[in-house]
This record gives sequence, structure tokens and C-alpha cells, in this order.
Amino acid sequence: MGRSHAGRNCGDYGEVMGMENPSEPPGTALTPDEWRGKEIFFRNFHTKFTYSWDTGVAIGHFLEALKGGKIVGRSCSGCNRVLVPPRMFCELCFRPTDDWIDVLDTGVVNTFSISYVNNDASRREQPLFVAVINIDGASPGMGFLHLLGEVDAGQIHVGMKVRAKWKPAHERTGAITDISYFKPSEGL
Amino acid sequence: MNNKAGIEQYLYASFGPELKFGRWLMVSKAFTDKLVGNIGALLLDDKVAIVGIGYSGFSPATPSQSYKELIFDAASRAYAECSVNPRKDVESFVCCEEDLWEGTSITDEYAPDQLGAAQRNICTVSQDGLNGVATAYMHIKSGVASIAVVESHSKLSNVLSQSQVREFALEPYYERPILSDGIPVAAMQMRRFMHDYKVTEEDIAQVVSKNKKNGLFNQRSSYAADVSVEQAMRSPFVWNPLRRIQMAPPADGCVVAVLASAEKARSMTEQPVWIKGIGWNSASTSAESAISSDALYAKEAAKMAYKIAGVNSPKSYFDFAEVDDTYAFKELQHAEALGIADMDVSKGNMPAVAPVPINMSGGSLSLGDLVEATGLVRLLEAVQRLRNAERKRSKGSKRALVQSWRGIPSSSGAVAVLGVE
Ligand SMILES: [Zn+2]
Repeated sequence: MGRSHAGRNCGDYGEVMGMENPSEPPGTALTPDEWRGKEIFFRNFHTKFTYSWDTGVAIGHFLEALKGGKIVGRSCSGCNRVLVPPRMFCELCFRPTDDWIDVLDTGVVNTFSISYVNNDASRREQPLFVAVINIDGASPGMGFLHLLGEVDAGQIHVGMKVRAKWKPAHERTGAITDISYFKPSEGL
Repeated sequence: MNNKAGIEQYLYASFGPELKFGRWLMVSKAFTDKLVGNIGALLLDDKVAIVGIGYSGFSPATPSQSYKELIFDAASRAYAECSVNPRKDVESFVCCEEDLWEGTSITDEYAPDQLGAAQRNICTVSQDGLNGVATAYMHIKSGVASIAVVESHSKLSNVLSQSQVREFALEPYYERPILSDGIPVAAMQMRRFMHDYKVTEEDIAQVVSKNKKNGLFNQRSSYAADVSVEQAMRSPFVWNPLRRIQMAPPADGCVVAVLASAEKARSMTEQPVWIKGIGWNSASTSAESAISSDALYAKEAAKMAYKIAGVNSPKSYFDFAEVDDTYAFKELQHAEALGIADMDVSKGNMPAVAPVPINMSGGSLSLGDLVEATGLVRLLEAVQRLRNAERKRSKGSKRALVQSWRGIPSSSGAVAVLGVE
């Protein structure tokens, strides 16, 4: 169990160290040459893990439908919800879900974020729009994470109506990326 | 002091003089009655039982189900056995899983839905499933929960870099630069164990033959086979002296167990299997685990479990044992550590018939290696055997020993003492 986010914001350095002048930590700073010249010992290790996860019944059908240009969900007669993405069991009722339901490829932006940097912190030329889309036909609050496109940063808003922009059929592989992005479905 | 009158006597004897000063008269009679009742309940009936156990998978691969669907299946069966509604009745869920075997960081965050644990009390024990049973046992003993659920599973067929995961578990500074897999550590342990206890190739082959044949009577075993001792001795070496057939091959599967307090257990099932004692231990890793011929973790975990259960002579106490045999020699090493085998070094051999029958289920050599779920597999086999014996009114199987090991290169293990009386 990892905690990759832990330890980043562990408070003000000076406060933690209990120093009067936090801008001057004690000791002698290491020079880049000392690091590069291996005067300090390191033990480097790289590895590569490969997994091939069974999609199972629910996600298997979901991906198959995406390849066909459709979004599907599962209904639960216990709580009368339509679950998107589909699952074979209802987590609220703890019972098997009942039927496959075709839902629409339109929806509403639940929330979004705009990024101007890449993973390596370099500046992006075009900002990246990430959003949670509540899918039409699914129960309230259900849907999935995706990208927004054909829209300007200033136009995006919570509650914006969107429609899937599908990849051409011959490019679809049975993946969530078979939808290129969601774009505004009506006049802003 | 095992009844209410006795407790009242004890309280009077302890606090009687105080009463003279009138301080205690302030406490109402109803309150003291309730206090006495609660203490009485704790003293009289604080046992913990396994009331339901379900499983799914037990196959080299399970391509038709996602791990969530696999878990939902096992959980549904466990809950059905004891008519429990996880959304209402279960007060604590414990799941045992390891990020790298799953391929997801903080993988326990994906555990609740398929167990019926969404928006409920769940925690992860990043250990073998039997350690999870110990945690659930404590939750019940402490009164935090009266019904608790333990889950663990394996989807090893989805892990294409099993060797890299084992490598990643090796000590990073001075072991990983030398070794690129954990299996040689098992081979070296095996060599030292055979040397110190004068165990022969044939002794190890006997374990293989016994467990592979036992598995033929178990529907859950994917790797059972009619293997003779001679055939086992001809299996190719992986890392000398370790032969391929002496290693449990990977398997997928899930086990879910429902535990309950004595008060609840009796109304949930006609066949509660009591956890009479439980223990766990980690010795010390790396070099030590390769050099020591003794399974200290099993020895210490057993000491703890035996003390709680009041087991003085394990050889006569237990009717059978389910012991970790991820590598064939481990069964002998663990049996020795648990005090259920007559290891006579002077005889230069292991007994053909152990005082306590071991792994009648076929063990991991027949059922496969289910990584963190292995301890729960041993538990499942023991519970099923105890229940079957009770159903047939056979007197032979009333007390069982269950032991788990966390695998290479760990020196961690857990032990449970089970009984139907
Ligand atoms: Zn439902």
C-alpha cells in the first residue's frame, strides 16, 4: 500500500527544524559534482512490471460497446439505478445487477480541471481539459472521467452539456480512448 | 469465577471496604447490575467463531471474471452460508492484498464495493489472509464488532512479471545486485534445512507425492496428480536442490470468511468453527531467512496461538493440520516448527507417517500458490474438513491447526487453532 502523496507538504521547513533562521539550514550543501561524481553512495534500481488484467463480464461488455460506438450500463432493480460504467453487482444493494442498458453518448460536465503543464512540468502549448461527465441515461452522479475538446478554457462550466466525439470505427480498439473527447453539444 | 454470583462476590471482596465510606452507594443498583452483567458476558462467552466461508476461482486462470467479480462471487457464498447482510450486519471488513500483486497502488481503495463494504468500516492488512483473521478476531474480542469479514484473493494469472515482483521484494542494497529472483533464497533455505535435519531427497519427494495424491480427492485442486516418489525425484531442477515439482504453481482464487462473536454465532450457523487461539510473527528478513534452517516465525506464532488455546502437546492435541507447503520442504520445516512432527535427526530421516496428518487437502502443491490468499485457503480446507467430520459424526476431526507463511523472501507467518467444541 503506497502513499505516493505523503511527505510533500510536511509543513514549513524552518518550523519543522525548530530553527531561528529557516533560510539557512545547518550543514554544508552538496555540490552537483559531488552528486555526479558518486562521492556520495547511491543504490539505483529500475524495474518493469507487466500486467494483463482480465476485464471480466462488466468491463468486457463496456469496452466491446465502445468499439461499436455505444455506451452501456447495468440496471439494478434493488435501487432502480443505471450504473455507468457497468458492474455485475450493485455496491449499495450487494446483489447482482439485472440488465444491460444502452445509455446516450451525451452528458453533463460534473466538474473539470484545466492543466497548462505536462507530467514533466514543461509548459503545454494547448491547455488540457479533464472532466467528469455525468452520462445521460445513467443514474444521477454516474459517468466517467474524460477529456473535453473543441472548446475554449473560458467557456467550460459545471453543468455544460456535452457529446462524445468518437474515433472513426476502424480506429476503435475497445478502449475508453475510442471516444477522443467530449465536446459542447449545444450553443454555449 | 465463571458466573454472575461469583463476580458479585469478587466485586464485594474487592470494593466492600470502600462501601463503608458511602462513596460507592452513589452508584445505582441498576448500573452495578449492568456492569456485572457485562463483565459476566465477557468472561463467559468471549469466543470467536467462523460462521461462513465462501470461495471462487481455484484455477490456473480465471479469464471470464475480473478480480472484483471473483470477490463478489466468493463473498456472496460466504454471506449466504450464514444469512448475513453485509450492508447491515457486518461491522468490520478486513481485506488482505499487496499492491504489486494487484498492479495498483493503494489497491485497497478498490476493495469495498464487491464485498458490500462501500461506506462502511474497512481496513487493509497488507499481509497473508490469516493475519487478517487475527485482526478480525481482535475486532470481535475487543467489542468493536460482533460480525467481521476477512477477504483475500489471487489474480496471479494477470501478473506477467511475477519474477520481477519477487525480485522487488529482495533487500535492495546488498541482495538485489546479486540475485534477480527470490526463488534461490528458497533453494538455499532448503539446502540448509536438509543439511541440519539430515532430510533426504526422498523425504522431500514423499511430501510432493503425498500432497499431489491427496489433491485428487479435492475438487478445488488444479495441480493434483498421481505422482510417485520416484517420479517426483526425477523432476528437473529449478535452482538445485529445488525441483520444479516441489514448487506450488500459481493459481487464481478468492476466499471470504465471516467471523462472529459467540452470541451471534450460535444463531447464524449450526456449525460454528471456533478460533481457539491465534498468533502471528515476523522473525527477521534477508540473510537470516536464508541461513536459518528453522522457521522461527512459525515457531513463535504457534507459541502465541497455543498459549491462547491452551495447547500443551500439539502432537496429541490436533487431529489434522493445514500447513504452508508453497515449497515442498516448507511443509517439513513448518511441521517441525509447529511441534507436530517427530524430527529425529539421529535417525537421519523424516517419519513416513506424521503424528498429525498434514495437508490432507493436497496443500498448495495441489491447489496452487494463491499468494496473500494462501492462509485463507488453508483455513477454508480446515473448516470444510471439520464441518464434514461433524456432519458424519466421525470422531476423528475436531481440532485443527492452520498455518500460513508469506512467501519468499519473507519470514512472516500466522497460526490458528480451530475446534468444533
Ligand atoms: Zn442496487
